[in-house]
Amino acid sequence: MAQTKVEAAPAAPAQNAETGGHYDGRQSRGIATWIVQPEAGGIISAIVVFIFFAVAAGSSGFLSQLGTAYWLDTASDLGIIAIPVAMLMIAGEFDLSIGSTVGASSMIVAMCTGYYGLDPWIGVGAAFLASILIGLVNGIIVVQTRLPSFIVTLSTMFMVTGGILAVSIAMTGSSSISAIPSGSAAVIFAFKWNEFHISLLHWAIIAAVGVYVLQRTPFGNWIYATGGNLDTARLAGVPTNRVKVILFVCTALGGAFVGIIETYSFQNGSVTLGAQYVFSGIAACVIGGVLLTGGYGSLIGTVFGAATYGIVSMGVFFLGWNADLTELFVGVLLLLAVMTNNRLRRFAMGR
Amino acid sequence: MSDASPAAVVELRDVSKSFLGVHAVSHLSMQVRPGQVFCLLGENGAGKSTVIKILTGVERPTLGEVLVDGKVTHFASPRDARERGIATVYQEVGTLPLMSVARNFVLAAEPTKGRGPFRRLDIDEASRIALAGLRELGISRVQDGRQLVGTMSGGERQALAIARALHFGARLLVLDEPTAALGVRESATVLRLIDTVRSRGVAVVFITHNAYHAHSVGDEFLILRRGETLATFSKAEKSVGEVIELMAGGAELRSLLSTAEVNAMKTTSA
Repeated sequence: MAQTKVEAAPAAPAQNAETGGHYDGRQSRGIATWIVQPEAGGIISAIVVFIFFAVAAGSSGFLSQLGTAYWLDTASDLGIIAIPVAMLMIAGEFDLSIGSTVGASSMIVAMCTGYYGLDPWIGVGAAFLASILIGLVNGIIVVQTRLPSFIVTLSTMFMVTGGILAVSIAMTGSSSISAIPSGSAAVIFAFKWNEFHISLLHWAIIAAVGVYVLQRTPFGNWIYATGGNLDTARLAGVPTNRVKVILFVCTALGGAFVGIIETYSFQNGSVTLGAQYVFSGIAACVIGGVLLTGGYGSLIGTVFGAATYGIVSMGVFFLGWNADLTELFVGVLLLLAVMTNNRLRRFAMGR
Repeated sequence: MSDASPAAVVELRDVSKSFLGVHAVSHLSMQVRPGQVFCLLGENGAGKSTVIKILTGVERPTLGEVLVDGKVTHFASPRDARERGIATVYQEVGTLPLMSVARNFVLAAEPTKGRGPFRRLDIDEASRIALAGLRELGISRVQDGRQLVGTMSGGERQALAIARALHFGARLLVLDEPTAALGVRESATVLRLIDTVRSRGVAVVFITHNAYHAHSVGDEFLILRRGETLATFSKAEKSVGEVIELMAGGAELRSLLSTAEVNAMKTTSA
């Protein structure tokens, strides 16, 4: 296993000044420089699994328009969640409550539209409000108690799932309700064009906004600094608590967004919807080069990490293999990613 | 210290600090003037960190006064002290190794271009001011603002932290053991940095337990021992050997060394 120590040795002799930083680098300096960029791992793994399944499952429909739409759909739902999760991880925190937020917002939307027959947008608004609340609770508890977010959000995950289950059983007598969207909400959340789902567009927009914020705004600089070293960031004047709380709200909003999209697309809401995103979201980030210890990572990589997941799960499906093999594949990729991420980072540090 | 010399940036006047009745620092007075390196010497537990905390607004003295530019001042917070131009450069947490030089330099004061929602980080400007700041301190090996700080040497990283503090208006730099974790060559780099900073008229408080490092760049000295001021003197008044002897507690050290060794130390001078 590669070392997980983040600090470089104080007196380590530096290599030549050409050893590029990964930021802001648009000019290429050859493959050796490119490969140490944090997004390289995600891009390489997406290409490798795509080629593998194109060869193995190309004739059984993986490369067809339908196959492409399927894997892009899987990737885009995961990708919408993975973008804010990556930003939070770069800031040094985890959100394990994300899956429960997906389920809670799904149930809220379904109750509002399906059970009470309200306007779809009321359900959407209620789901977003609830998720903002979840994000605020997560963020404020983490920054106030300074407990590991791992354990704080594990607690809120149980609380949210248990709470929404109790509420939906009490109010509707069920934990799964059908919900058929109408009007503009149906277009925004459930529109399809030749099997391609509108969530692909949402994913692209959210990824673009995320990349812009992270790479091109002062707030993005604060995110990297907060995760790089909390004390350094705070002493420099970065409002680290505010950065974290905002990012916890963003991950919860991302979860709610996917909950709404899936509820209106499947025309059914369920408390258990989205439970898999807790770990597949983190997996997409890590495969995409985000460091578990924070302070380093790329959203471009995360996009390709989510794509990798989509390609693998649909590739396995089109091969006719058991779907459980998807998990096996992702597990192997994740392990490889964690091992190479640390090596690549040490390369980037010139050692 | 004659009256002709410029007014002290920061002065501690008969300052004492006790924690739960235990005296960390007793009746300490010191003046740090522009263009002067004030060395605070002492072993671990002598009270150096308490003095730093009082200077930088982390703690308030139990007794005595803190004066900034000759006026009695009560720092509301470390940020308040920073805004008055007192900057601390921490040995361990000064820079972020996984971020670029430019991004480290402008952290929390990022230059931007554009307006409204298009207000964005001005990377080229950040790079330019970071490299200019480093060059002013004699660091020319860093040519690219995109270089990761983790690829820089320990001395260069200290330079980056100091350059950053100066760029954002520091008039007094508190350097807490800047050479402690460094090798000989890197230490020399940092000592040269301190000299450069002084020549620009900045006041420096240099905290160390290395008498050689202190004597090589220091102007004024204060030796702390268990919270008490053991000695204050100017550079010309004492040799390195005498400083070491004072720090180690004179008699205690002498009992361990032969007379010849003590004499040899006394004649050693920088």
